[in-house]
Amino acid sequence: MTIRNVRDHGQRYRPRMACLKKVETVVLEMQDPKTGVKSQTQRLVITTIPHAITGEDIVAWIANRLKIDASEAQAMGTMMVAFGYIYPLQDHKRLIIKPDTSLYRFQTPYFWPAQQWPVEDTDYAIYLAKRNIRKKGMLELYEQEEYNNLYKWMNHKWDFIVMQAKEQYRAGKERKKPDRVVFDCQERAYWVVHRPPPGTVSAMDHGLDRMVDPNLEEKKTPDYYRRIIMFTQQCIMRPRVKSSVSIGALVKYTATYKEHDPFLNSCLPSNPWLTDDITYWNLNMPNVETPTKMRVERWTFSFGELLADPRGRDDFRLFLKKEFSGENLAFWEGCEDLKWGAAETMKEKAQQIYKTFLARGAPRWINIDGKTMDITVKGLAHPHRYVLDAAQTHIYMLMKKDSYGRYLKSPVFKETQKKAAAPDAHRFSETQLEQNSKRRRPSLSPITLKQQEEEQKAKLAASGPVDITQVMSKLEKKQRK
Amino acid sequence: MGEMEQLRKEAESLKDDITAARKAVQDLTLQDHVAGTAVVGRVQLKTRKTLRGHLAKIYAMHWGTDSKLCVSASQDGKLIVWDSYSTNKVHAIPLKSSWVMTCSYAPSGNMVACGGLDNMCSIYNLKAKDGNVKVMRELAAHTGYLSCCRFLSDSEIITSSGDCTCLLWDIETGTEKTVFAGHLGDCMSLGVAPDFNTFISGACDFTAKLWDIRDGQCRQTFGGHESDINAIGFFPNGNAVITGSDDASCKLYDLRSDQELITFQDSSIMCGVTSLAPSLSGRLLLAGYDDFNCNIWDTLKAERVGVLSGHDNRVSCIGVTPDGMACCTGSWDSFLKIWN
Repeated sequence: MTIRNVRDHGQRYRPRMACLKKVETVVLEMQDPKTGVKSQTQRLVITTIPHAITGEDIVAWIANRLKIDASEAQAMGTMMVAFGYIYPLQDHKRLIIKPDTSLYRFQTPYFWPAQQWPVEDTDYAIYLAKRNIRKKGMLELYEQEEYNNLYKWMNHKWDFIVMQAKEQYRAGKERKKPDRVVFDCQERAYWVVHRPPPGTVSAMDHGLDRMVDPNLEEKKTPDYYRRIIMFTQQCIMRPRVKSSVSIGALVKYTATYKEHDPFLNSCLPSNPWLTDDITYWNLNMPNVETPTKMRVERWTFSFGELLADPRGRDDFRLFLKKEFSGENLAFWEGCEDLKWGAAETMKEKAQQIYKTFLARGAPRWINIDGKTMDITVKGLAHPHRYVLDAAQTHIYMLMKKDSYGRYLKSPVFKETQKKAAAPDAHRFSETQLEQNSKRRRPSLSPITLKQQEEEQKAKLAASGPVDITQVMSKLEKKQRK
Repeated sequence: MGEMEQLRKEAESLKDDITAARKAVQDLTLQDHVAGTAVVGRVQLKTRKTLRGHLAKIYAMHWGTDSKLCVSASQDGKLIVWDSYSTNKVHAIPLKSSWVMTCSYAPSGNMVACGGLDNMCSIYNLKAKDGNVKVMRELAAHTGYLSCCRFLSDSEIITSSGDCTCLLWDIETGTEKTVFAGHLGDCMSLGVAPDFNTFISGACDFTAKLWDIRDGQCRQTFGGHESDINAIGFFPNGNAVITGSDDASCKLYDLRSDQELITFQDSSIMCGVTSLAPSLSGRLLLAGYDDFNCNIWDTLKAERVGVLSGHDNRVSCIGVTPDGMACCTGSWDSFLKIWN
């Protein structure tokens, strides 16, 4: 059985605290006598403590050195105090930077958080015992509780602890008063960082440990190299595109969608998160009768966008019915259903699709080339989720290269574009905004929405297929007008 | 010994080959391409809603596809489904194990999943007729903690674990279908491509890998980070990957040209990245850090254009709604904040 010491967070090398090395470099710079933070001596009754620095000096130095504004510099200063590189001389239990004349000192490297020994409970026990010896009743309530706990579970070495505490106390008395005061402050600060008072946020709390020990060097066995070789070979075989082409595509994507990004542009009529008015969401429901202009514009960005939007797909379906090539989209939807649907119904679905779309003389026969048809039919003998992949890709590319282009120029699409809603921006007054926020209603759960959708679909299916001639004559009448 | 020496030489030469292949297609860098583009103006997002209710550190959150409901997991042993717009709690699901590290919302909205130190992924059915949310499946096969999970549909889910592997599960039978093994360190996070054909995983071996869901092969490996990768996400068009690491930087990798494009870092940022999410257009990258803040980066110019500050403890998770209208941050201070 391996016992993992829970308190030792691998202090030999704190894997999750890679930031400590970076903070240390900055702290060392701060201590430079010429370019660092100005220090002064602090008087404590009769003794003077050298090298005390003020909070405002620290914040100013950080802001200047790292070129950040005052609030960020203050946050960084607080981080250094929270890690224990700097400690406050007044109000020592609150590990924050106060950007005023409050005094701080640099912690001695011996007590820095990334040193080579773990923060042992034994040391904490010795520290508390020492303070107890010095003056009984000096421990705070939480320290008293910890002390009692440690006494209980470290009872077997309590003599050793008391002996160490007495020894350290005696050695301390032999030091000069200023040194002793400084050391006591440093030690106290160290323990505030590593055994924080209850209710405070501890910077040493780095969450759950990783399973793989970063200190363990993986043994270089032949297997290790074989694995690397396998992965690298697979990577090399992958086709690559010139970076100018793919970067161009990335930049174009961000430019195309910039107008549609709510963080960069306002939405019409108003952003519900800002005004508590849900008109925007109502206008953009998945199966709304009249889509908004922005939504219709997105359909022109790519074929994928058109298919992904249920309203867009409906429009496209209508267009395909006119062209008598609706079976392509129906087949594509059937394949999607097979890919993502339940496993139990997979076999039946595959059979249904074969009968409807692929078999000779099928009612909605789709036009795919001989080779793909061969592969698909063979695969259907042992159907699995991705058996129709090849055929689906073929039909998708057919629709994308052929039907999509014609759809964008068709009367169906132009009609939808013309009718698309372009709401005016809301202009709410303060009182109206308050009323809006009071009138906020909980959103409909997507499960209920789905159920409503299915009921609607069932109604439509029951009411019979769309009469193409009716649709066409309606459009013609409108055009004549 | 001779065999190992040979293998080592072969591995080294292959590594050189791949570096050469990557260099061969690099006829332009991102910086050159956008040299003429202006930086996006200062982006100021404010907290619009605060979701209160958790009693301990929040470790994960995920938006539903309707952009209003979201699920969050906290170490107080609760999974809460929020209606973020009204700040109501729709479901408060008590968990068997309180050491939860991840949660996910199914695209259909019918299920949520969570997992953590219990090494299992528990799937909860939200569609139960009597309104009681019950465990539907417990997927147990990992030998390490569950760090991240993402639904592909109501019947499949992908999980990543501290045992250095990712698994694709069939939810109905509760068995694993494919193992994605290859990382040398704990897999900390995963992201599914917009077309659901591939997914990416980031691990403590400082690399990110692109996997093909169908055949279980690792298609690409991206290195360059100097510390554990904690967060990973796809660029909205599915052709680029963004990673966030403990070395306080985020990197953008291009999948089609197999390049590292740009690094998002600053000398004043020292704390590790815990989570990240791109905005709808991909122009903005929101990343949560250990120093209690989130930074907003201009993805193309790698400059900081905003900060989200307001949490009192580390930001552990961040998510942008599918419609791009708001972002949610969850923190160890037990609050979730919605920003816009």
